[in-house]
Amino acid sequence: MAFGSNTLDVSVWRGDADGGKFESFQVPSQESQTILDVVVWIQQKIDPSLAYRYACRVGMCGSCAMSVNGQPRWTCRTHVQKVLRGRRVEIAPLRNLPVIKDLATDMDPFFEKWVRAEGVFHPTLTRNDEIARVSPVDQRRVEADAAVECINCAICYASCDTVQGNPDYLGPAALNRAWTLVNDVKDGKRSSILEAVSQEGGCHNCHSQGSCAKFCPNELSPITSIAGLKRETTKSFFGRG
Amino acid sequence: MLTLRLFILQRVTALIMAPLVVGHLALMIYAIRGGLSTGAILARTQGSWPWALFYGTFVVAVSVHAAIGLRVIVGEALKFRGALLDVLSLAFCAFLLIAGLRAVLSVTML
Repeated sequence: MAFGSNTLDVSVWRGDADGGKFESFQVPSQESQTILDVVVWIQQKIDPSLAYRYACRVGMCGSCAMSVNGQPRWTCRTHVQKVLRGRRVEIAPLRNLPVIKDLATDMDPFFEKWVRAEGVFHPTLTRNDEIARVSPVDQRRVEADAAVECINCAICYASCDTVQGNPDYLGPAALNRAWTLVNDVKDGKRSSILEAVSQEGGCHNCHSQGSCAKFCPNELSPITSIAGLKRETTKSFFGRG
Repeated sequence: MLTLRLFILQRVTALIMAPLVVGHLALMIYAIRGGLSTGAILARTQGSWPWALFYGTFVVAVSVHAAIGLRVIVGEALKFRGALLDVLSLAFCAFLLIAGLRAVLSVTML
């Protein structure tokens, strides 16, 4: 295809865990085109071996996150026109995660840290009990609500310089999840969660740089959740929480 | 790298240092404005338990605070972990303690 004003010059990272390099593709520019549209076009029209991951295409599933011009983004909701540099755009796999192939990263370390942070619900009732009533204006519920809409896209994790410097660090998403459970009155293991996030690699390693909140596509603030965890673990240490 | 205990220790030492730094700055400004000589300053500090306690506390707080901070920097930048990181942190803390307390003793007691 001829390279003209209606063509995008797209650099796509190709490779695997052992390394790789950027490969250039010319893709026709279209109105309201997203980065995911560009990747799909390349895979369907030029190179069917291009590996990437997506599912819902509407910003709900959190599976299509990639690095676009060096910044982590949800590609299905990122318009090409908003990130284009001249006619160029660079697409790479998310930072801080092992690459499986091309643009697809291995999410195992990311979700393993959710488990390490006790980011799992610990029920106290059975299906035979009455449903617990939680007031939407209860302060703890308000705190949990502010953090609960995470779609597990790992954009915050990829943007976090602390994760890059300290691979043991649980990361913003896992700690944000832990914070929602700390504030869930129906969760039965609040102290276990506080203990889990206080270990090596826990919430106290956060440098409060705030990349997580800057890049979160759902406009959540994991840094606020982590500050809450620091506060509650400290209170707990002094026997006041 | 940072556990809850180290995090609290670093925050508590910061709380201790804050008023001591303000006190030290106020003292320096007072000493310079009044035109006190080194001899005059030493005459006031020699044998003074309050000044020994003031600067001794500061040295202890700085040693703990800085060692924890350096631990994080070394851990993230050089990827040191485990016993090596513990030994380095403790060695730096000990160095600051010895150097700082030696200076405090020189000015107040010796």
